Amino acid sequence: MTFDIGIPLPALLSQLLLGLVNGAFYAMLSLGLAVIFGLLNVINFAHGALFMLGAVLAWAGMEYAGLNYWVMLALSPLLAGALGVLIEKTLLRWIYKLDHIYGLLLTLGITLVIEGVLRSIYGVSGLPYSPPELLQGATDLGFMMLPNYRAWVVVASLVVCIATWYTIEKTKLGAYLRAGTENPKIVEAFGVNVPLMVTLTYGFGVALAAFAGVLAAPVIQVSPLMGQNLIIVVFAVVVIGGMGSIMGSILTGLGLGVIEGLTKVFYPEASSTVVFFIMVIVLLLRPAGLFGKEK
Amino acid sequence: MSTNASNVPALEIKDLHAWYGESHILHGVDLTVNRGEVVTLLGRNGAGRTTTMRAIMGLTGARKGSIKVDGKETINLPTHKIAHYGIGYCPEERAIFSSLSCEENLLLPPVLKGSSQGMSEAEIYEMFPNLKERKQSQGTRLSGGEQQMLAVGRILRTGANLLLLDEISEGLAPVIVQALARMILMLKKKGYTVVMVEQNFRFAAPLADRFYVMEHGTIVERFAANELQAKMPVLNELLGV
Repeated sequence: MTFDIGIPLPALLSQLLLGLVNGAFYAMLSLGLAVIFGLLNVINFAHGALFMLGAVLAWAGMEYAGLNYWVMLALSPLLAGALGVLIEKTLLRWIYKLDHIYGLLLTLGITLVIEGVLRSIYGVSGLPYSPPELLQGATDLGFMMLPNYRAWVVVASLVVCIATWYTIEKTKLGAYLRAGTENPKIVEAFGVNVPLMVTLTYGFGVALAAFAGVLAAPVIQVSPLMGQNLIIVVFAVVVIGGMGSIMGSILTGLGLGVIEGLTKVFYPEASSTVVFFIMVIVLLLRPAGLFGKEK
Repeated sequence: MSTNASNVPALEIKDLHAWYGESHILHGVDLTVNRGEVVTLLGRNGAGRTTTMRAIMGLTGARKGSIKVDGKETINLPTHKIAHYGIGYCPEERAIFSSLSCEENLLLPPVLKGSSQGMSEAEIYEMFPNLKERKQSQGTRLSGGEQQMLAVGRILRTGANLLLLDEISEGLAPVIVQALARMILMLKKKGYTVVMVEQNFRFAAPLADRFYVMEHGTIVERFAANELQAKMPVLNELLGV
């Protein structure tokens, strides 16, 4: 079956799925970035490196300890989250009172350290990682072949993103986070240990990035540089979506992934720049972002 | 509510100095509030009254001196620990959160350690029926009067027995100001200790047991309610009342 635009349906749907997969990574990473920026006022450039660290830990778990994908899916975020807590307590807390630029510079430095150390050990060529046996192969849906692992990535990401959104917007814990983002001093005056909440929030954002990294390991080549390519696009996603809304970050990430995927089908030359093109337009027309609130 | 059997003051401030960065705002404040009293802090704008409240909560820059809550020293503690000594703080700017609903705002402050819950949610809604009607509204969509009631209501649930109220009558319609006055008398009957910063002299005067007047970051006058009449000329001069 062929559309009159000349693209066979299975090919179109397959690109759409790839777009959704990328969109899922954009959503998870921009969500973590937005939450961290909201509460800590830090532009966490290290997000890409921590995503990469999650993937490398998954590979290392298999390589050195024979730990399978499912174990690392839980363990890698925990380890990365612990590193995040350490980074916050030893480095980040000194720069909160300063201009945003210092947060960006500090986390850029952290990125270079993490990437540099891993690059010196493993080089820049990829570390092989296959999907778990359970998710290998594809399912025949009739109108297309659905790659099992990629479908899992989209489903797992959506579940995690929705769970995060629900926790932040609908629970008491989320209320503390939202209030703490608005006026941390008053929340502290109510007796809430805001410094602890800040530390744990950063740890959570990092864990989320690492979780995305483990999900990515079988589909994106695991290498110390895999975060670099992604983080720039994620920044653009965050700018487009705006910082104010959790659901906004998720929808924008997914949407831009799909747009990127579709662009690859119809105008492949533009696929790596379409996100930035959209970012420029959004900045001109709606600087706070599509879902953003003017601060 | 925790009870205090002895005569230890609810709040005892000695020689308190406080800074915002390099600015030296409080120059040795001495203040005592006994359990169950209502004390009003008077003074012109810029006298240091709000800074005194903020200093008690640890929200200023550097502090020096002594602040004892129920006899326990708090001058070196971080803000979130100070609150758990039984203090409920209602800031001048109200600080209602726009990303929370009215109900979420009301329930946000946790019940303080070592206290049982103060007023129940139901009791607070009985006192402020408007808040019940507007439960699901976004916090900042409430009217000024409703936001003020919310700001006070939320600290009554926490089991705090020392209330710091900063300009709660400011900008409110007379009928709401009267409601707040009745609320303070009711709280006093229930044994709460209240420190109020107030510009509105007519609101504060009938409520307070004792008065302190601040100027240039220190206390310049202190007297009891029964001396108020005699002190009117002095107050006229200091406050333009």
